[in-house]
Amino acid sequence: MSIISIRDIHTQFDEKVVHNGLNLDINEGEIYGLLGPSGCGKTTLLREMVMLQEFSKGSITILDKSLSDISEVDAQKLRREWGVLFQSGALFSSLSIHDNIALPLVEYTDLSSAMIDEIVKFKINIVGLKSGDSKLYPSQISGGMKKKAGLARALAMDPKLLFLDEPTSGLDPISAREFDELILKLRDMLGLTVVMVSHDLRSIYDTLDRVAIIDAKKIVYEGPLIDVKSSKSDFIQTFFK
Amino acid sequence: MASNLTQSIQGNKLSINFSGELTLYTITTLEKLTQEIRFKGISLLVLDLHKVSYLDTAAAVFIVNLEEEYNKQSIKTTISCFDKKLLATLELVKMQRIITNLETEIDDNKSSFLQKSVVKINQYLNGFLFFMEFFGKIFLTLLYYLKSFKHIRFKEIMFELNESALKALSIVALTSFLIGLVVAFQSAYQLKLYGANIFIVDMLGISILRELAPLITAIVIAGRSGSAFTAQIGAMKITQELDAMKTMGFNPFSFLVLPKIIALMIALPLLIFVADMMGVFGGMLVSQVDLGISYEVFLDRFRAVVDAKHFFIGLLKGPFFAFLIASISIYRGLIIKNDTQSIGINTTKSVVESIFAVIVCDALFSIALTSLGI
Repeated sequence: MSIISIRDIHTQFDEKVVHNGLNLDINEGEIYGLLGPSGCGKTTLLREMVMLQEFSKGSITILDKSLSDISEVDAQKLRREWGVLFQSGALFSSLSIHDNIALPLVEYTDLSSAMIDEIVKFKINIVGLKSGDSKLYPSQISGGMKKKAGLARALAMDPKLLFLDEPTSGLDPISAREFDELILKLRDMLGLTVVMVSHDLRSIYDTLDRVAIIDAKKIVYEGPLIDVKSSKSDFIQTFFK
Repeated sequence: MASNLTQSIQGNKLSINFSGELTLYTITTLEKLTQEIRFKGISLLVLDLHKVSYLDTAAAVFIVNLEEEYNKQSIKTTISCFDKKLLATLELVKMQRIITNLETEIDDNKSSFLQKSVVKINQYLNGFLFFMEFFGKIFLTLLYYLKSFKHIRFKEIMFELNESALKALSIVALTSFLIGLVVAFQSAYQLKLYGANIFIVDMLGISILRELAPLITAIVIAGRSGSAFTAQIGAMKITQELDAMKTMGFNPFSFLVLPKIIALMIALPLLIFVADMMGVFGGMLVSQVDLGISYEVFLDRFRAVVDAKHFFIGLLKGPFFAFLIASISIYRGLIIKNDTQSIGINTTKSVVESIFAVIVCDALFSIALTSLGI
């Protein structure tokens, strides 16, 4: 069953055309990758999916809701169904790691603070941070830790959908592999659907079920990784050499 | 969506049967329900999850918590569940528990009052030392500038002049025009009572040229350029642009700091001159309309009673005010830490402190010059 379907998306910034008719479907429970050379509009597409950016033409449907004519109530509901991890974590710098993760729980649920603490502690551990780190502020931790904390925040509400923007960039190789394993584990356990933009080849081979490769404003390949070399695109030929 | 629980008792064995979806949104209700359960004569407890269709990690934490809690109360508790996915989620929570328990928690113990104050004093001392270092660097860069004509960053200075003088011209002119208008209007009313209409020229001339124009200009510039300097340098620090400059061998003090200070020191006297003219013009307008003093009479009297020294004292204050505003706001920008909140705090402080410093400096000028008889 497709959980996200994108039909004929056109995106244009002033004169510059970024997407010229993209079509893709993301199924429930799969880990889906958006790949392509830099500047091809992967992150733009991701931003369009999470309603941070408008597209010029076409339609995006997520969990049976079309983003172009969504009501504010539905949009708000949808935002609770997904978690987003930004490239540099995008933690709120005025809040500690603990408060960053607790924020959606405090705002959207009626859980007791003791229960929230338990949940936060669990999420902090699950992404590979130490309980002691939770008191620190974003300015006091390293880039890799920020990324993990950002993932913990994205997972706070146990979302059905997870958007990751280059999750393993800036991590050391060991953390990156742990991150991949974590994503696989979470997918199996919680039935997550994961959409990620990535450049990390290891991570691409280890985690992704299917990929869409965007090049020259179009999707040049969509499908499982095994057949990727069948495509004639220059990017694919050099990237997967 | 809904979830519920029922209980069934067989002898000394109680089973709590959960059903439906256990999620973040439903566990608070369940928590309340479980607290109402009576455990009199119960020694075996089964948490039955057979009818649970979905379990998220928050709910898994809740279930594992329940199990631990009852086990502590010496009720033998077990979780009964066949669904592989649910078991995996529960297992993950339990594993995490074990790892966390192994981690020895280092709780930073409460520091005493003395410790806290020492830390605080140390912070202030370091802040003061950094401020001194900042002035030292400004001085060194100035020497470096003076060493060779080529070292002076004319392009940057011109850019800053355009930003903080030319673009501020209209707001400074308008503000001082209005101040001249208001002061004249208020004093005209009082002077009319005594028939001392013509003295408005003395009053306006001295107060605007000597005090009001420099102060108003400095306050407008502190709000305008001061906040801009702090925010710009702070943002550059956060995005590591300052570090990049340093590694490429561009000394931020000669590329950023000193051009700003010099530009502002040139700009402020010029702006004060404009403020002088606009302020006096505003006063002149009111004198004619309200007191019937024609422009010719006003200007004649102006030349006769207002000494040039008042004008020059006003201009002389400009570079001093400018130095204070620029150095305070740049210093505030440089001590911004790596988080967004500190941009806000330091920008506020930079504007407040520079206005305060300007007023203190003005008071010192007033006292010094008056006692010198100027």
